[in-house]
Order: sequence, then structure tokens, then C-alpha cells
Amino acid sequence: METKIATDRLRVSFGRETVLKDVTIKVQKNTITGFMGPSGSGKSTLISVVNRMIDFENNVRIEGDARIDGTSILDGSINPIELRRRVGTVFAVPIPLPRSIFENIAYGPKLKGTTDRTTLYSIAEDCLKKAFLWDEVKDRLGTSAMKLSGGQQQRLCLARTLALKPEIILLDEPCSGLDPISTAKIEDALSELKSEYTIILVSNNTKQIARISDFSAFFYLGELIEYDTTDKVFTAPAERQTEDYIQGKFG
Amino acid sequence: MRTNPRIINTLVRWGLNAQAYFTVAILVVIIGIIFFKGFPQVNFGFILSFPQDMGRHGGIFPAIVGTIQLALLSILLATPLGVGTAIFLTEYTRESAFTKLIRFGVESLAGIPSILYGLFGFIFFVIKLRMGWSLLAGVLTLTIMILPTIIRTSEEAIRAVPRQLRIVSYSLSASKWETIKKVVLPAAMPGILTGIMLSIGRAVGETAAIIFTMGSSLRLPLSLMESGRTMAVHFYILAREGISMEKAYGTAVVLVLSILFINIIAYYIMNKTIARYS
Repeated sequence: METKIATDRLRVSFGRETVLKDVTIKVQKNTITGFMGPSGSGKSTLISVVNRMIDFENNVRIEGDARIDGTSILDGSINPIELRRRVGTVFAVPIPLPRSIFENIAYGPKLKGTTDRTTLYSIAEDCLKKAFLWDEVKDRLGTSAMKLSGGQQQRLCLARTLALKPEIILLDEPCSGLDPISTAKIEDALSELKSEYTIILVSNNTKQIARISDFSAFFYLGELIEYDTTDKVFTAPAERQTEDYIQGKFG
Repeated sequence: MRTNPRIINTLVRWGLNAQAYFTVAILVVIIGIIFFKGFPQVNFGFILSFPQDMGRHGGIFPAIVGTIQLALLSILLATPLGVGTAIFLTEYTRESAFTKLIRFGVESLAGIPSILYGLFGFIFFVIKLRMGWSLLAGVLTLTIMILPTIIRTSEEAIRAVPRQLRIVSYSLSASKWETIKKVVLPAAMPGILTGIMLSIGRAVGETAAIIFTMGSSLRLPLSLMESGRTMAVHFYILAREGISMEKAYGTAVVLVLSILFINIIAYYIMNKTIARYS
């Protein structure tokens, strides 16, 4: 096993409120790692450090370190724009850009300087296939992405992220607004994608994490309570809080 | 005793209906009178020929050209300046005393009567900078005059673009400028176009500021340094000096029709952009 993402006593505060408390975690390459915990547990904050989207928040203080492939991503020499090509993100609410399906996927590659239509088209086909959306949209790539259903939009967002050719994909509760069938399609896609990518899946749905993740981390009030293989966490959790959360006693 | 809500509802609906119809009726009456009095004057000769005898006879060709020149040039100057200011205010600054000052300045500029712009243009461009009564002085004055409208409408339009769209763009490795260019501005385009449209209307309909700066020459302005007149100015002078009410109304008809034409084109462009980005 090879460590892809590592944090070292990572501490994040917004103003006076500390939302992430000395979290040290190692995420393995080519796995799906599930982050679970009630809202306010800091799991979304943690991934916003990994993709540096935390840069857009006000009054943030970050201590400790976060590394990808052993290199700190909090270092001043890191260009967050380049980092976000390596670390793709899918948000809870699918937000297509107000343009066509094709243009949504071409957005990232075009920013990198890919302008050739044929190349862009093959990227779009490839990514839409990987996101299990191709069959549903292949005849209407030119229509507005806003016309897709919520589940299709979320898979489009996944395809759009894949088009960046990232190494890491962060998904922040990607299925929270989706029906079970759409959720299953996203899960199928993720299970196939992990051979190529390192995936972090933030979810409130413990069953989803149990179904598809290889490792599971349980966060509570900004602390990493437990982190182990999903089998271990779900069958024999070491901490009482983890067990209570998984069994739905609080959340 | 409690009044029956259904009766109130009905009364309110009738009242609001009446108000709406009243507004439309005023518009119809004004346009009706103008067309009734002016339409017999309007033909190709009127549009394409030069005025004779101070405008008592002949057409209004130079005034039409002058109007187009003035409106087009001031829009071309004011749009990049205004949209740029709006981008700066919304995307590149945090709310501070400085931005408040700029915004206060813009608000104040928007409230100044146009004759004062005319006076300023006369003193500064015409006299001080020795431009004389010229298309250039008129364009610069009008640019300053319509700038606040463009800044305000663009700023509102840009502010209305959801933050999530920007976040998504950043997450797809776009820089700030790429995000503004590719996501924010296209989404704000209908609002920005509305501001430009309002400004064109103002430019086309303005008289006071124009007479003071562009003058009222009846010749066709062939360079930026020549004087000329717009349709609105032509109308004003024909009517004010009792030269020819018939020709004045004829000019008004062309003026109204061109504003209508501009609006139709603007709506067409707007619908196209909306269709493309939604």
C-alpha cells in the first residue's frame, strides 16, 4: 500500500472556532476512503484543505500539514490552480455550468489548452462512459446541462471532474440529494474508478460507506475518532462512539 | 365587522389591473399622437435626404447619422469602462471605505440632471480642452453620463451570479480571471445588456447635454471634431423655434421607431445569450 494523501496534526480554525482538531490520517492510493460523521464533524473541511478550496473562505487559520505524494500542499510555492487539476471535486449539490453537456466536460480540458474538437470529444465520451452517463446523453451532447435530471447532473459533474485527469477525486456527500437508482449508478462508477484514482467519499450515509469504501474514517466534532479498514470499522469498531454512530444512535 | 377577504382580493386585482392598463394607455396615447401627426411626413426621402431651410423642408439624414454616431461611440466607450468598474467592485475588492466611496460617487453621478453634464462638457471639453462643439465632446460627455447606469446594472447582474457557479469553476482549475470571463460574465450578460439598452435609450433621447457639447450643426459630421445634431436635438429645435411642427413630429416618429428597433434587436441578442447559457 502506498500513501497518497497524508495530514499531520492538521488543525483548521474559522475565527475562534476550531473545526478540525489535530487530524492525522493517511489515505491509501487507489482506494475508496469513506469519511463519515455527523454534520459539524469537520470532514468537509478536511477535504477543502486537500483541494485548497478552503482558500475561498474568510478568517481561516491552518496549522499542521497536509501532503500529497509526500509534498506539502500548504506550502506557499504550491499553485492551487495546478493542484486542483490533480485533485478533482464533486459537490453535494450538482451544479452544472449553464452551458451544454459537452461544454461542461470540455471546460477543464480547455483551460489546460486543449482546443482540438476531436480530442475534446473523445475526452467527453471517455469521461461520460466512466461516469455511467454516456448511454443516456450520447445523442444530445449539445443540449443544455440544466435540462438533465438531478441524478444525471451529478454524474455529469463526476464526468466533468474526470476530464481534468485528476489523481484524486473528492466527493462531498455526492448522493445526498439523489434517488436510490441514481445513487447506485454513482456507486458503481466509483467502484470501477478506484483502480485509476484515489477517492475520498464524504457521506452521511453509513450504509453507502460500508458498501463501497475500502477504508473508513469516523469524525466527531473535528476529531478523527477511528480510522481503519471498512470491514474492521463496521464489524468490530474500536470506539464506542463509532459503534453508536454506525448503529444510528446519534447522527 | 370583518371585511370579506374575497372581496378585498377582487378589488385589489381590479385595482392593479386598472393601473397596468392605465400605464399602457398613456404609452399608446403618446405614441398614437406622435404617429398621427408625424407619420405622413415619413418616407424614404425624409430619411435619406438633407434638411433645407433650417429643416423646414427636406429630410433628416444628418440627424439620423449623428444619432447613430453619438450613441454607438459613447456605448463603445462606456461599456468596457462601466463593466470593468463593475467587475472591479464586485470581484476584486472587499467592501471597504474605498468601494463605498466609489459606489457613492456612482450613485450621485446617476442622479445629476443631464443639463449639468452638458454644462460640464461645455466648460471642460468644449472650452478647456478646445474641442469646440464637436462629436467628440458630445461622445465624451454622454459617456460620462451613461457610465453610472452601466456600472450599476452590471454590478447588480454580476452580484446576482450564484457563488456556487464560481466555486465550481475554481474547482475545475480555473483562475479568477478565467472564472469571470467564462462563467460570471456570460451569466450576467442579460443584466449587462439591459443596462446597455437603457443607456442607448438615454443617448438617443438626450438633448440638453448634447446641444451644449455637440452643438446643433445641420451638416453631416464627417470627423470627430465636427459639430452635428441628433434626432432629439433636431426635434427640439424645430419645435422650440417654431420652424416646422410637421417635420418635428416626423423626426419624432423616426426616433420612436429607432428606439423600438434597438429594443427588438437587444431582446433578440439577450434571448440568444440566455438560450445559449441555460
